[in-house]
Amino acid sequence: MSPVASDDKLVGIVLVSHSAEVAASVAELAKGLAGAGAAVPVAPAGGTESGELGTSAELIGAAAASVDRGAGVAVLTDLGSAVLTVKTLLAEGDELPHNTRLVDAPFVEGAVAAVVTAATGAGLEAVAAAAQEAYAYRKV
Amino acid sequence: MLDADFFRRWMLAAASSVDREAERLTALDSPIGDADHGTNLQRGFAAVREALEKEPPATPGAVLTQAGRLLISKVGGASGPLYGTLLRRTGKALGDAAEVSEEQLADALRAAVEAVKQLGGAAPGDKTMVDALVPAVDALGDSFAAARRAAEEGAVATTPLQARKGRASYLGERSIGHQDPGATSSALLIAALAGTAEAGGESGGE
Repeated sequence: MSPVASDDKLVGIVLVSHSAEVAASVAELAKGLAGAGAAVPVAPAGGTESGELGTSAELIGAAAASVDRGAGVAVLTDLGSAVLTVKTLLAEGDELPHNTRLVDAPFVEGAVAAVVTAATGAGLEAVAAAAQEAYAYRKV
Repeated sequence: MLDADFFRRWMLAAASSVDREAERLTALDSPIGDADHGTNLQRGFAAVREALEKEPPATPGAVLTQAGRLLISKVGGASGPLYGTLLRRTGKALGDAAEVSEEQLADALRAAVEAVKQLGGAAPGDKTMVDALVPAVDALGDSFAAARRAAEEGAVATTPLQARKGRASYLGERSIGHQDPGATSSALLIAALAGTAEAGGESGGE
């Protein structure tokens, strides 16, 4: 079984999409499919601050801060500026919680895997690995 | 030597240039992108201008670091983190000096362009802003005017290329025949630098 984080703190999950609706819906979907995952802190960061399609560094920072319980934060993104913005925030060092990681994973399947794994109390390493492994789930 | 006011004037010139060219940038972004490049950059540089008019930072490094931070937070598209990284890395490389030489600026920009290449995973020939920035920093050792020419030529030379990065890359061969909007805005940024140097009497040796 995955290594359990100390003092039962759960890894937080941030879902970054160009679309506010996509980010919020995938968060809802992942928590719903995870069942016991309802306790996992999951925050969407979708669209721009003015509600358009795009990426907002402010929304990402706020979402990461809101799910940080001290066990690390896994960030999943859709594509393009979502990826580049998170990478840039990580490179700048001080704008995201300590122990925040951009996870290379498919957005929907990775979010479900991350929330399910985080709900077991697994650490950031295991949550990130589970989300990344979702790339290997073949459908046909 | 280039002081904080030089960098303030460069950023204001870039903001004006983006305002003037916003429609063209968005038009270039329509056939091969998502038709938001002009408006996105305009929003970002408007925030840069507003901050500079309120209270300009005291050093060249701080002017560029602030501008980069604002582009990262305000643009909303991929050009935000890319241009934000370009300006922040340049600003950080210039440190706390009150004045920097043209050579120091060229070295800082070259290092920042490397950071942009790494962030986006783009190489020359991929039909991106890198195609204007790499020749520009290579020519900056000669003069600001040479850098402007090199950036503009680099931008024009993206037209026959097939995009290998960003949304345009999904179009495959259909991306051929369009000038890259990011290379075009990069040429505007370098032209604003050269224009600022000419207006201030910094000839860059030419």
